[in-house]
Amino acid sequence: MIHFVLLISRQGKVRLTKWYSAYPQKERTKVIREISGEVLARGPKLCNFVEWRGLKVVYRRYASLYFCMCINQDDNELEVLEIIHHYVETLDRYFGSVCELDLIFNFHKAYYILDELLLAGELQESSKKTVARLIAGQDALVETAKEEANSISNIIAQASK
Amino acid sequence: MALSGMRGLSVFISDIRNCQNKEQERLRVDKELGNIRTRFKNEKGLTPYEKKKYVWKMLYIHMLGYDVDFGHMETVSLISAPKYPEKQVGYIVTACLLNENHDFLRIAINTVRNDIIGRNETFQCLALTMVGNIGGREFAESLAPDVQKLLISSSCRPLVRKKAALCLLRLYRKNPDVVNVDGWADRMAQLLDERDLGVLTSSMSLLVALVSNNHEAYWSCLPKCVKTLERLARNQDIPQEYTYYGIPSPWLQVKTMRALQYFPTIEDPNTRRSLFEVLQRILMGTDVVKNVNKNNASHAVLFEALSLVMHLDAEKEMMSQCVALLGKFIAVREPNIRYLGLENMTRMLMVTDVQDIIKRHQAQIITSLKDPDISIRRRALDLCYGMCDVSNAKDIVEELLQYLSTSDFAMREELSLKAAILAEKFAPDLSWYVDVILQLIDKAGDFVSDDIWFRVVQFVTNNEDLQPYAAAKAREYLDKPAIHETMVKVSAYLLGEYSHFLARRPGCSPKEIFSIIHEKLPTVSMSTVPILLSTYAKILMHTQPPEPDLQNQIWAIFHKYESCIDVEIQQRAVEYFALSAKGAALADILAEMPKFPERQSALIKKAEDIETDTAEQSAIKLRAQQQMSNALVVTDQRPANGSPAVGQLSLVKLPSMSSNPDNYSADEGVTQENGILSTVDPQPPSADLLSDLLGPLAIEGPPGAVQSEQNVPGADGVPSAADAAAIVPIEEQKNTVQPIGNIAERFHALCLKDSGVLYEDPNIQIGIKAEWRAHQGRLVLFLGNKNTSPLVSVQALILPPSHLKMELSLVPETIPPRAQVQCPLEVVNLHPSRDVAVLDFSYKFGSHAVNIKLRLPAVLNKFLQPLTLTTNEFFPQWRSLSGPPLKLQEVVRGVKPLPLMEMANLLSSLRVMVSSGLDPNPNNLVASTTFYSESTRAMLCLVRIETDPADRTQLRMTVASGDPTLTFELMEYIKEQLVDIPTGSAPPPMAPAVASPMAPVAPLNDPGAILAGLL
Repeated sequence: MIHFVLLISRQGKVRLTKWYSAYPQKERTKVIREISGEVLARGPKLCNFVEWRGLKVVYRRYASLYFCMCINQDDNELEVLEIIHHYVETLDRYFGSVCELDLIFNFHKAYYILDELLLAGELQESSKKTVARLIAGQDALVETAKEEANSISNIIAQASK
Repeated sequence: MALSGMRGLSVFISDIRNCQNKEQERLRVDKELGNIRTRFKNEKGLTPYEKKKYVWKMLYIHMLGYDVDFGHMETVSLISAPKYPEKQVGYIVTACLLNENHDFLRIAINTVRNDIIGRNETFQCLALTMVGNIGGREFAESLAPDVQKLLISSSCRPLVRKKAALCLLRLYRKNPDVVNVDGWADRMAQLLDERDLGVLTSSMSLLVALVSNNHEAYWSCLPKCVKTLERLARNQDIPQEYTYYGIPSPWLQVKTMRALQYFPTIEDPNTRRSLFEVLQRILMGTDVVKNVNKNNASHAVLFEALSLVMHLDAEKEMMSQCVALLGKFIAVREPNIRYLGLENMTRMLMVTDVQDIIKRHQAQIITSLKDPDISIRRRALDLCYGMCDVSNAKDIVEELLQYLSTSDFAMREELSLKAAILAEKFAPDLSWYVDVILQLIDKAGDFVSDDIWFRVVQFVTNNEDLQPYAAAKAREYLDKPAIHETMVKVSAYLLGEYSHFLARRPGCSPKEIFSIIHEKLPTVSMSTVPILLSTYAKILMHTQPPEPDLQNQIWAIFHKYESCIDVEIQQRAVEYFALSAKGAALADILAEMPKFPERQSALIKKAEDIETDTAEQSAIKLRAQQQMSNALVVTDQRPANGSPAVGQLSLVKLPSMSSNPDNYSADEGVTQENGILSTVDPQPPSADLLSDLLGPLAIEGPPGAVQSEQNVPGADGVPSAADAAAIVPIEEQKNTVQPIGNIAERFHALCLKDSGVLYEDPNIQIGIKAEWRAHQGRLVLFLGNKNTSPLVSVQALILPPSHLKMELSLVPETIPPRAQVQCPLEVVNLHPSRDVAVLDFSYKFGSHAVNIKLRLPAVLNKFLQPLTLTTNEFFPQWRSLSGPPLKLQEVVRGVKPLPLMEMANLLSSLRVMVSSGLDPNPNNLVASTTFYSESTRAMLCLVRIETDPADRTQLRMTVASGDPTLTFELMEYIKEQLVDIPTGSAPPPMAPAVASPMAPVAPLNDPGAILAGLL
């Protein structure tokens, strides 16, 4: 099971956190600090796994961003490594060649997409096409609601003229 | 790109990004928090859009690591908004901000439930997602039935059902009772027929969790898992969008194989065959390709297949194939594969029969200790540690020592602990062990815990042969210009105790030893000074005749520390000073430290603690635990059967341990000297399991009957083991659960000690701990369930012999998974007898009903209290008890030949105390003890054994006590022990002993007969 997902920039800035196991607030800060220390310090050409507090952090670097997922010691590491890549590909498809800035200003989108991919710390959907369709559906719902709201406020505005 | 612009949010994020430093960022965040707080105070003026915006800002601030301790209510309240956009934000931010136990979540439960059972599919999804990510116990109890309904509903679309599956998994983790096994197993099997891969993937995760807890209920899912695997890996029957770099959903393949690892075996031959076909295909058909993602995905599947093959105990050929693959992996360039190769090879060590193939890769594994990647180095260290045994201990430990000087600080402590443990466990000789530990302290003193140097001191103290060597080594290290403080401690201690052995060597006169140790005093901390003071006092004591020079020097030091602020130092200084003035008394008080009582190595215990800390439930761990014999019972003694607690710690099974004469563990020597243990020749593991089963059956008669029964064929010249097997009743052979270890050996071991394992099989371990006081005893039975499912219909019945009053407290009918229950058993000894109590124990595991009858070690010698007598006490008693029936004499033949010393040890292990020097003939033993029972009260017993140095297989024994029954019973009991040393193997053929107490005594040519005239 995945205990948490962290996106950390090379400068140690946190871009996304998602906790599937209950970590109290104080603990979360500590965990992020420890993991950043471990992962950012690692050089290139090393393996993608770091052992940490009896668990394992599987991480992968994309440009300036580190994607980290923490799993149990005996979980399948490579499987999780490819979940990371699957997530990145999905983001890429949604944003169209995603970069760190996309994730900074649209961090809520990153959360929406992650929620379609993972649930309860397990992989929920492995088809990028399906995820893309679901996210598009959500966006459409939000858009419709906005238009409705606009048209109502237009009507009110016109009526009150 | 459909980005819903939220201008205020973007501006805030830009502001944060433009902050020059942390301080500015904090100011900006504080300003924003203030703003949000004010806006939330007047909630009515907020539009849904604004509310959403502020809640996102809160999440962003939270993500930056700031405490957001307000606004939770507003966030949660968004969940009950009627429109999708607000609801979505409410659910997602709540799931990020709050933990499962947060009070506000309780408020939301009703809304969440309404969304789940409502008709709106998008709302269902949002609610399931939140509950699946942060749902706690309360959610589990109130929502599980609804979630289950959604999962199996035919009207729900896959997008809802896959979320329902994982949501249920979360709720199940929080409270396993929410999934009712009876009704659910069939549904689960149906779910595995699902065509939608999203639903199937999620359901498979759910299944993994369910079977990890209780595979019994889900047997019907097993063939479906195999089918799924065939569909993916062989037929590649899967929609295009579910292939990942050309591989049919690697994730689903991995999960399916994971689920299969929780079933202990696959019985159906067809299913097994199909599965092995698929596995073979995966093992053979995975090639290294250029594309890194494809490579990772295919190897994820491959490594999972390897685990499954290991789990299924495949044929040796396939196993060797796996090891060969792993051997290839640990040498490749790609670091992930190297890492996983080492990790899986460590797991592979658990499989029997492949250790030797793994050892062929030792050179490569040792090279990996120097890998640039610390993760890989850690794996290599673990593997080295796991694969170490007597054959390669020297090489591996030397490598670890070498590596210690260059290894990272993060690993040194673990490294030194592991090296110390290996050195202790597998030392070919003790001086090597001392060398290793001293080198360890020398190279990595900061990382050597106190336990390690305490342990070496313990060893040296308990092994006289080792003392001069250790002292000399310690002396050598002191010549080094700079040594670690721990080295000062250990060498000061050793030289204080044993430097007098070196006195004649150059540079080792008391004066020189003193001055070289004293040189270190200014460099050490307060905690070391007391040790040095003791050393000085000991040097002083050993210097005979006293050297006034040295004396004055040391006295001056004591004097100096008499006013030390540290109480310990002050006390020692004052006391040693006063003592040294007393001359001869000093020698008594400061005499050499006595031997330490033998106990489990603190190091090994420590390593075990570390292991249990990180223990979690997993197929692999469970297997490991099932293979460790001592995992459950907490004993503070080592098993007495000559193979020390080695198996306890390592994941490796060491099949040849006890039969390898080269491997005499250090402890064995120790116990021998302490006189606790009688048998020291390592015994080959018993081959005749069946004759052991027989033991407990023949209990009705006195144990003597068992023996003669076993011995009859032996006397006829027919090998006894085969015959013993022939007379085992048919019912007993039906027991499909095989005991682990030898029941008879365990019983005999427990006759001589008070705690240990009485019985063990794959499901249960029964341990015993006993306390004896006079004619009463208190035993505690530890019933440990080794499985992850409960043992039911547990019954324990005591069949006491007539001379024992026994009361067993209530034994629960069910032993929960991996739990241990303790059942006290009170024993009162009414009168002397050798009969043995029997525990009739039964339980059910799955479809197997197991019934075992076990002898309980509440035997005669437990009611003895050793007693030492002087000549003046012994002889009057001996004379006053004259002739039968109070004094019985008998010539015993067919005795297991033992040196006299060992026979004395054997007697003292029976709590019959040998008084040396009482008998003028050095070939004889005289011993005494007190027996307690309700009828006899405390009764003195005297024993004399006369041996013939020319023929160790016969002896004459005389037993005397004030009670005729006691005399007879004790005589017979000791005879049994002498004739049949508990080895589990067939005893040597024995001529029927003269059983009648009135029988004519000893032929005249017996040397013992002549000697007897002396008394």
